[in-house]
Amino acid sequence: MQATLEQPIAMQAPVSYRVDASSATSVRSESTGKAVIAAENFFIYYGTHAAVREVTIQIPPGKVTAIIGPSGCGKSTFLRAINRMNDLIPSCHTAGLLSLDGVDIYAPRLDVVSLRQRVGMVFQKPNPFPKSIFDNIAYGPRLFGVRNRRVLQEIVEKSLRRAALWDEVKDRLDANALGFSGGQQQRLCIARALAVNPEVLLMDEPASALDPRSTARIEDLIGELRGAYTIVIVTHNMQQAARVSDHTAFFYEGELVEFGATRKLFTKPEKKATEDYITGRFG
Amino acid sequence: MRLSTRKLLDRSFTGVGLFSILLMGLALLFILGPIFSKGVGALVFRQTVEHRRFLLDKLQRGSPKNLADEVRQVQEARQPVYADIAALDDKITSGPRAERRQYRQYQEPLNELKKLVRELLGPLPGESVPLITTEQYGQTRWDRAEKKAQQILFIEEYDYSDPTKMGVRILKPRVEQFRGTPVEPLFDYLNQHLEEMLRPRWTFYAGFLFDMPFDSYMLGGIWPSILGTFYLTLGAMLLAAPLGIVAAVYFVEYGDENFLSSQLFSLIPRGKSTPESSDSLRDRAFKIAVQAERNMVSMLRICVSTLAGVPSIVFGLFGLAFLIQTIHLSETKSVLAGSATLALLILPTIIRASEEAIRSVPHSYREAAVGLGAGKWRTIWTVILPAALPGILTGTIISMGRAAGETAPIIFTAAVSLGTPLSPLQALSQPTPALPWSIYVLSTEHAALDQIRHVQYGMVFVLILLVLGLNFTAILLRARIARKLRG
Repeated sequence: MQATLEQPIAMQAPVSYRVDASSATSVRSESTGKAVIAAENFFIYYGTHAAVREVTIQIPPGKVTAIIGPSGCGKSTFLRAINRMNDLIPSCHTAGLLSLDGVDIYAPRLDVVSLRQRVGMVFQKPNPFPKSIFDNIAYGPRLFGVRNRRVLQEIVEKSLRRAALWDEVKDRLDANALGFSGGQQQRLCIARALAVNPEVLLMDEPASALDPRSTARIEDLIGELRGAYTIVIVTHNMQQAARVSDHTAFFYEGELVEFGATRKLFTKPEKKATEDYITGRFG
Repeated sequence: MRLSTRKLLDRSFTGVGLFSILLMGLALLFILGPIFSKGVGALVFRQTVEHRRFLLDKLQRGSPKNLADEVRQVQEARQPVYADIAALDDKITSGPRAERRQYRQYQEPLNELKKLVRELLGPLPGESVPLITTEQYGQTRWDRAEKKAQQILFIEEYDYSDPTKMGVRILKPRVEQFRGTPVEPLFDYLNQHLEEMLRPRWTFYAGFLFDMPFDSYMLGGIWPSILGTFYLTLGAMLLAAPLGIVAAVYFVEYGDENFLSSQLFSLIPRGKSTPESSDSLRDRAFKIAVQAERNMVSMLRICVSTLAGVPSIVFGLFGLAFLIQTIHLSETKSVLAGSATLALLILPTIIRASEEAIRSVPHSYREAAVGLGAGKWRTIWTVILPAALPGILTGTIISMGRAAGETAPIIFTAAVSLGTPLSPLQALSQPTPALPWSIYVLSTEHAALDQIRHVQYGMVFVLILLVLGLNFTAILLRARIARKLRG
């Protein structure tokens, strides 16, 4: 049983994330800082049903944190709560404290727009706008008032380079984004999220709709972004969690069961439920 | 069920489907065929020299020199006809007394003949120029001229002697009335030399679309009606499209989310300073407001659906009673009032189509925009409306076609039978002729219905082309934008 777990962890060798030191530092210096996400006794309700219960967690800055758990365990709901995407659902409300750098995310006076600028999001299915590559990337910066074409061009190029997409699309920036492959679209969405220079990147099963090859590229990308951003990734794929993350949180039936360093959680889980889940006894 | 039965059922279902499509196609051909073939006749026909004279006199079109030549030639060809008539006239009025008495019986038939010849060839030599434009010229169209010549050659009579049958049409040669008079050879001559007297020539008369009508459509074109329809349609769209789209956005994006009550209550602070009891009071009030808003939205939806089912004549009466007589949008009927009425008529269609289009924008676009920090309004403006544009445009353009063809709403609010082309500013306060109403008037209330058949068909033709053109534009635009969106 342990042997099967060694496999994915072995793959997490630094070889696959050979980050070019210079580019990594440049990215790092631009980011305004790595925010700490902390939840304290946090609840999320859909109507009267509590989808997330009593979660207390501190997500370390600048690291990749994976959230795993069976379907319907509240992991996506929790992820979406971090940049208040759940506001789109009228019946959804929260209790307890969820904070970003000590600021209550659900404070009534909070500016949601600037929160979402600091906390970017990548969704399960690639969802580029039906516009050109350029307009897709420039959408965020334009929202925040960047009008100068030259500045926008710089941002677009930088974001695409960070998302490792520049070489593939640099000649086709005016082409409609929907004409590209699923993997390219997903990296475009990552580039779009990066274009507003966020501190946190939330990824909701970013590779679940992609083929293995594209999945590998996304995972490589996450490796490259590690350190520059606080990344929280929800995934169904435990190998993926083991490969890409520094820390892993296991959710079960709306509750946080266990949270710890990925290596430890996958090799010596403290809770019985965690062990059952990662060894495939259920879920 | 056995396989063979299933197959049989399947095949008969396909058969019935094919049959109904075929039937519909045939019906369409059956309706459109005659309209197209006869309608084209208003634009493409054999014009006579009289038509060329009319164009030169009234609209300064054509070369005066060529026409002068032509007129000389036709006058030569007509000379025998005029001479015969003059000879008989002479005998009746200024011959010896005995002769005058003998020929008096021809006075009446001759007057009838002169009237017909005038209608065919224009005023007789020596007569003063008539005041009415139509009477200044003979037949301008060769097909009408041939009919008129038949009327000269034969007297049409109906035999009602058998009471059990419909009247039987009898054609009596008119020449028999004039046996032994100088007019007798006229009929043979007319029959053989009609072409030389009128010199018909195939022409494409684009002026049918762009000329003013003369003598209530007896001559000239239908420009004021076309322009009027254009104004009415455009005005209706300008008024209805923004309203309709905004309403659709409200229904889809705000209506389901208690937008108004949330906004209202976000103004009332929930702050800690207020005592516990007042907060629960606030919550209770909020619940009531939410319920009220839900009721209002569903009421609004019902209203829109009902509006779509109101008969168009009722819209017309509403336009008259409310827009003109109550709020005095204009003192009389006007293009503005008509446009507003038509706008009300097409509003439900635009709302429904736009609602569908907005609803079908994938939710993931919304999430993407919101996730990037766009507010509701920005999301709608920069992502949802562009993505919904093909559907919205289609709905809008198709309802434009509907507005262009509606008659009832404009009867009381905008349309007159005759009028001049208006400037956009005049359109605010003045009525206009418009195609649907002109078609009705020309085919029911015109004094010389059967002489302007070509105008009736021409108008229907133009209206149908207009509507088909609009629908075709909608299809093209939709395909174009959809292709652009698809990448």
